[in-house]
Amino acid sequence: MNVIEATDLGKRYGSTWALRECSIAIPAGHVVALVGPNGAGKTTLLNLAVGLTAPSAGTVTVLGGTPAGSPAAREGIAFVAQDAPLHKNLSVADMLHLTRNLNLHFDQGYAEARLGELAIPLDRKAGKLSGGQQAQLALTLALSRRPQLLVLDEPMASLDPLARHDFMATVMAAMADDGVSVVLSSHALAELERVADYLVILSSGRVQVAGEVDDLLACHCVLSGPGAEANRFAEHLDVVHALHSKAQTHLLIRTDGSTEPVPPGWKARPTSLEELALAYLREPGAASLPGPKRARHAEPTESAR
Amino acid sequence: MTTLTMLPRSERDASRRQVPWRRMAWVNWRQHRLTVAGLVAVLGAVSLYLLFIGRQARTFSGVAGHSLTLTAALFQVIPALIGAFVGAPVLAKELETGTFRYTWTQGFGRARWTVATLAPLAVTVTVLAGAVGFLFSWCYAPLIGGHYGSNPLDGNTFDLHGVTFAAWTLTAFSIGVLAGILIRRVVPAMVATMFAWSGLAVVTGVFLRPHYEAPLVTSTPNVPSTDWVMSAWWTRGGKPVSSSTIDQVLQRAGATVNSGSVTQSPGSALGNMSPTQYLLHHGFTQFLSYQPASRFWPFQWIEGGWLFALSLLLMGTAVWLVHRRAA
Repeated sequence: MNVIEATDLGKRYGSTWALRECSIAIPAGHVVALVGPNGAGKTTLLNLAVGLTAPSAGTVTVLGGTPAGSPAAREGIAFVAQDAPLHKNLSVADMLHLTRNLNLHFDQGYAEARLGELAIPLDRKAGKLSGGQQAQLALTLALSRRPQLLVLDEPMASLDPLARHDFMATVMAAMADDGVSVVLSSHALAELERVADYLVILSSGRVQVAGEVDDLLACHCVLSGPGAEANRFAEHLDVVHALHSKAQTHLLIRTDGSTEPVPPGWKARPTSLEELALAYLREPGAASLPGPKRARHAEPTESAR
Repeated sequence: MTTLTMLPRSERDASRRQVPWRRMAWVNWRQHRLTVAGLVAVLGAVSLYLLFIGRQARTFSGVAGHSLTLTAALFQVIPALIGAFVGAPVLAKELETGTFRYTWTQGFGRARWTVATLAPLAVTVTVLAGAVGFLFSWCYAPLIGGHYGSNPLDGNTFDLHGVTFAAWTLTAFSIGVLAGILIRRVVPAMVATMFAWSGLAVVTGVFLRPHYEAPLVTSTPNVPSTDWVMSAWWTRGGKPVSSSTIDQVLQRAGATVNSGSVTQSPGSALGNMSPTQYLLHHGFTQFLSYQPASRFWPFQWIEGGWLFALSLLLMGTAVWLVHRRAA
């Protein structure tokens, strides 16, 4: 089952396309990291998926073909928007009561137990909680609805490192206990490494990379060697991004997964999720998509020089 | 760590039902109780004042009539304030604070949430305003005709009576709701509501209300003071006479005419006659177009009716705008 499936999805605000020709299928059972520069269309894609916005072009379905925004989709998806919007003048208990009233399913026991563990007092106004507590409250409200899919838009943007860790611990526990699928957008690449097992990179409103983290890491590696040979050498390779320093050139290349012969004087090493994501973010023209290659092939970079 | 207990998937699929409407009762109460309390407090104070004045009017109508005329102008503001303070924030606050991203993604559904939020507030506002309006009608009844000589169709008070006061208040609320979703900010939406409502009220009073029914025309010089005289003109020998001609006639008779008001100088040809009597004596005929006081209730229902329809249209548009963003 695909938790989010978009076909030629586009959203236009006035004359600007926030997202265009976005086709993507995000399978269930993953923690999906949606990564991209500011203005890449991450929030737009998530808003379309949760039915907050209607598409200008194309279609988007969720939870295995359910139209986004339909009653079944609303029931099965819990969404925590950026900055965790809560009614600041309501107490924590009232926010629970509110959410319970607005949904068919709400696990009051789970909600109270989680807030107890987090030492968030039920009688405190939501607006008086710390940023981390507000994020935790919004997350608790979302998880208490027992969703099939949890969508988080920049959940960690305003949190300190400790709060980020606690927040993601809650998400991972829900994932492990309950099998809830998670889609989260984030800037915090280093944090994602620990939690995400599926990566989607959006750039200028288009999908640049989509795939399981393990597969992506398996078919990318970094070659380092003397800069003088780099250009000749790179012609035969699928180079995503080249980083030239004084003595050495580092090439992040795409392989077919098999070990390629490394020329003398060059060294190969595996890449990290952060390094991989940064390489693609620096090269908006490069793409790595599952199935038949849809996008242009990467060209050895001129701009990076 | 706590564990989540999942419903079996089959049970979830079987429950393709919607969250019941009644669940919104608590939500509305929790979110709007302060607004409603403020509304009751303000309208309660107004009602007490009207009760006091109404009793006074039944004993010394002159005094009460005078203070009522003064405060009637203030009462005109009440619907605009209700529109601004009750109507405008309903959607604008959700949009301004970003909580719509929470509220509209819950299982209840955004269009249903909007309907379930607007309907009870609209009914509350209308019923309370209607009660105040009928109290005003009771209060004002002794001042119609008689010593004080008010006409019930008078533009300053017509929209304060029972039906129209409720309808104008509902309209202001609806304008506020629509302004809220269009402007998406509370304070600008409040200001826009007051301007839009005032504009509509003025346009209605000046251009629409006189034409709910064709005015009657009479040449009887004395229509009752309870009728709403809209215009007057003179004829002589069946031909209309311009007002400048009338002024000249009166001036020749020795009266001083100054921008419509006539002053009689002592010993003029007018003698003891009023200018009107003088003109009638000299072969002029005065025609009046007027709305008789008997049309008060038909006019109340006409105005109340189209305002009610307009309010439904405005709120329907707001619900549609909320819904349209969903797939």
